[in-house]
Amino acid sequence: MLKTLHSRKTSQLTIGFCLGILFGFLLQKGGVTRYDVILGQLLLRDFTVVKVMLTAVVVGNIGVHFLKDLGMAELHPKPGSLGSSVVGGLIFGVGFALLGYCPGTMIGAIGQGSLDALFGGLLGMLIGTGLFAEFYPALEKGILRWGNFGDLTFPQRLKVNPWWLILPVALGILGLLFWLETSGL
Amino acid sequence: MEWLSMGQWSPYVVGIGIGLLSCLSFLVSDKALGCSTAFSRTSGMIERLFRGGTVAEKAYYKKFTPSIDWEWLLVAGIFVGAFLSAQWSGQFRWSWVPDLWAGSFGDASLVRWVVSLGGGIIMGIGARWAGGCTSGHGISGTLQLAVSSWLATLSFFVGGIITAMILYGGL
Repeated sequence: MLKTLHSRKTSQLTIGFCLGILFGFLLQKGGVTRYDVILGQLLLRDFTVVKVMLTAVVVGNIGVHFLKDLGMAELHPKPGSLGSSVVGGLIFGVGFALLGYCPGTMIGAIGQGSLDALFGGLLGMLIGTGLFAEFYPALEKGILRWGNFGDLTFPQRLKVNPWWLILPVALGILGLLFWLETSGL
Repeated sequence: MEWLSMGQWSPYVVGIGIGLLSCLSFLVSDKALGCSTAFSRTSGMIERLFRGGTVAEKAYYKKFTPSIDWEWLLVAGIFVGAFLSAQWSGQFRWSWVPDLWAGSFGDASLVRWVVSLGGGIIMGIGARWAGGCTSGHGISGTLQLAVSSWLATLSFFVGGIITAMILYGGL
């Protein structure tokens, strides 16, 4: 692992900014910073969003586990629970469809001049995350703990070497993408 | 350099790029790409301007300090990168109402503003409730085969598809 580089605070901030520029560039080039493309996905008419995400997952899944096996990377799976991941996910989905951007693509949309992303999306998200911080102590004692499973990964749960899942997941995703293309979606 | 000014790239090329970028992020920063904590931190910083230092005492801001960090700059970078991409391909334009929206709900910017603001508020709550968004869970978490991320991502799309179908009259 590049531990010295990881510990250099200023370099890391610069790296974060540069990775962000590449990320934003790719999102805009993929068309996923556009409301019409995101709503097209949620209405199941245009599968651009799913194609971008699943391709990234195949490449990243293989790449990150390969780096991990070489001792060059550590995984950082997020903790979760049914009350947090499922309930929070469904709430997110409602906002996602009303706004028509997700948090990252919303910032990208502002970069291409979408004012609904700036004055609606960004302002709304700042209010929403502020409200969440306000109610966090109560939620944290209750619903966020329901069905808690921690920072579990599927290979840990199934007690198998990760590659037993990485390859089937990659093949499953490639099969799905192939099916989308052949059915003209 | 013509590819830099192209209007749109294949979703597979973009997906491969984002996948490689995720690997690079783990390698050089020991971090997964994500966006939504940057909004919590900014919200905390704004609240601190009005209410002062006691804001940092809130339990949530003890977990996520209201300050500029790696992920905050990543999000700032997304803005710059998307602007450059849009500018070089001649796609930058100020717009209030997306075409698909205008086709069903008219081109009144006030109506679009109210719904996008409401959507932003709900999405902000949901992102922090679920502990991540379409980047942190949808891409970074699923590629690590994290149980939380697969559940959250499925829920994002279930909630999103149902809401979109109701909104556009498909259900």
